[in-house]
Amino acid sequence: MQADVAVIGAGPAGLAAALEAAEHTDDVVLLERDGELGGILPQCIHHGFGTFVFGDMLTGPEYAQQYVDRVTASDVTVMTDTMVLDLAADRAITAVNPRRGVFTIQAQAVVLAMGCRERTRNQIRLPGPRPAGIYTAGTAQRLINIEGVMPGSSAVILGSGDVGLIMARRLTWEGATVEGVYEIMPRPGGLTRNVVQCLHDHDIPLHLGYTVTDITGSRRVEAVTVARVDGDKQPLPGTEREIPCDTLILAVGLIPENELSRDADITLDPATGGPTVDEHMETSQEGIFACGNVVHVHDVVDDVTIASQTAGRSAARAATGDLQRGQMAQVAPGHNVSYVVPQHVSAADHDVRFYLRVREEQRNVVVAVTGDGDTLHEERQRIVRPPEMVTLTVPAERLKGKKHIEIEVHNG
Amino acid sequence: MDNIICIECPLGCDMTVEQHEGEIVVTGNTCPRGEQYARQETVDPRRVLTTTVFIDGATHPMLPVKSAQPLPKDRLDACLRTLAAVHMKAPVACGDVVCSDICGTAVDIVATRTMEAV
Repeated sequence: MQADVAVIGAGPAGLAAALEAAEHTDDVVLLERDGELGGILPQCIHHGFGTFVFGDMLTGPEYAQQYVDRVTASDVTVMTDTMVLDLAADRAITAVNPRRGVFTIQAQAVVLAMGCRERTRNQIRLPGPRPAGIYTAGTAQRLINIEGVMPGSSAVILGSGDVGLIMARRLTWEGATVEGVYEIMPRPGGLTRNVVQCLHDHDIPLHLGYTVTDITGSRRVEAVTVARVDGDKQPLPGTEREIPCDTLILAVGLIPENELSRDADITLDPATGGPTVDEHMETSQEGIFACGNVVHVHDVVDDVTIASQTAGRSAARAATGDLQRGQMAQVAPGHNVSYVVPQHVSAADHDVRFYLRVREEQRNVVVAVTGDGDTLHEERQRIVRPPEMVTLTVPAERLKGKKHIEIEVHNG
Repeated sequence: MDNIICIECPLGCDMTVEQHEGEIVVTGNTCPRGEQYARQETVDPRRVLTTTVFIDGATHPMLPVKSAQPLPKDRLDACLRTLAAVHMKAPVACGDVVCSDICGTAVDIVATRTMEAV
């Protein structure tokens, strides 16, 4: 089959991209491997989504519902239970589903919206036996919130990012005991709001500078061993402590899912784990765009929606031959910046929203954008922290003609 | 004297609340939002409750729900117990009331997604 725009993945990124693409061109296909739309949002039943886009605190399912209803009412062709097997650089998609078997779609433009995956036990090299009772936080969340099954009755949580904190509260509310949350870093990974409302409210201890070093149990987890870590995150001998529990929840980070991007020989940024993109969200392969957590892991879904609308609009324009492409300017991360998205600016035909993450917490700072040595834009911030993405919008006219753009954070 | 960490913004100010003859004095805050939050937490702490209830006849066995307004913090456990016994039947539309005036709090529990009958 043929399509103007094919969107791969129907989480918040794919939904927003498909809707926006359908505003600008006719033939939009949305491919989703799950049986329903919404991606991870339907299982994120807590609230706090949409403060920027809707000016209201919605739950994950409510945020998804807004877009699912709109997509369902639109002209977008939705294909669920559809797994994309391969993407070629010429935008030929090979997919499979129970109705058509294996089939191909030749698209004028493609939007990658595959999202990210959780890091597992293997990726943190956690030794010990392999009993039942070890879950990633997202799996435990799906079991409780979608399937209605409790993963265990007494849990240790490794990782204090927002997912780990949210699951500590969720398990407690469903009657399980959370023995503690252990975090290898000296600071909590999640928002203060979640530390307070998920842990403090329920007297769940947070142990900073700790990790899990061993698991005990043959059929089911019986205990985990935790230990203090040194400055290099290595366990300190003699500090081990065994904690009886039947469940270990791993909330140890997310990785953009880019197998298809690699199939299409798309350039990936080692700092983000996702494709490098320009301000249209176009990847290194012409006509292939990317948005959402496949590009870099976001902490707020609103930012995913906004960037994905850009990707969807750009893809539609590419399909109809209306996309402005110009000479590429490189965008480099400067002092105390670990990465910046987009990594390139091409036409600069619209104001550009930059997303960046800092390396270290820093107070009273100026986030400065320079172009070929000239200051283009500055913003003051009271505090910047690695878990919280910094966004800033730079007017198009200031970026025009620049060859080397740099964003840095310095004392203000 | 109570210590409260502000959650209004990423600064996370460490605030202290003292009560003198019924008057609340907040220190350690950087802005008026912090003071307002500390007062609310002292006088009437509230939280939005988000959980699930059973649903029959839908694609999944659980229906996500929330309190339409924040509930008194000390009533959350009672509300969770009440909701553990609730069984809904598909179809349910996002926003439908699942339990009105839960535990006499004058707050409704509403569905947070649409679930068709299958």
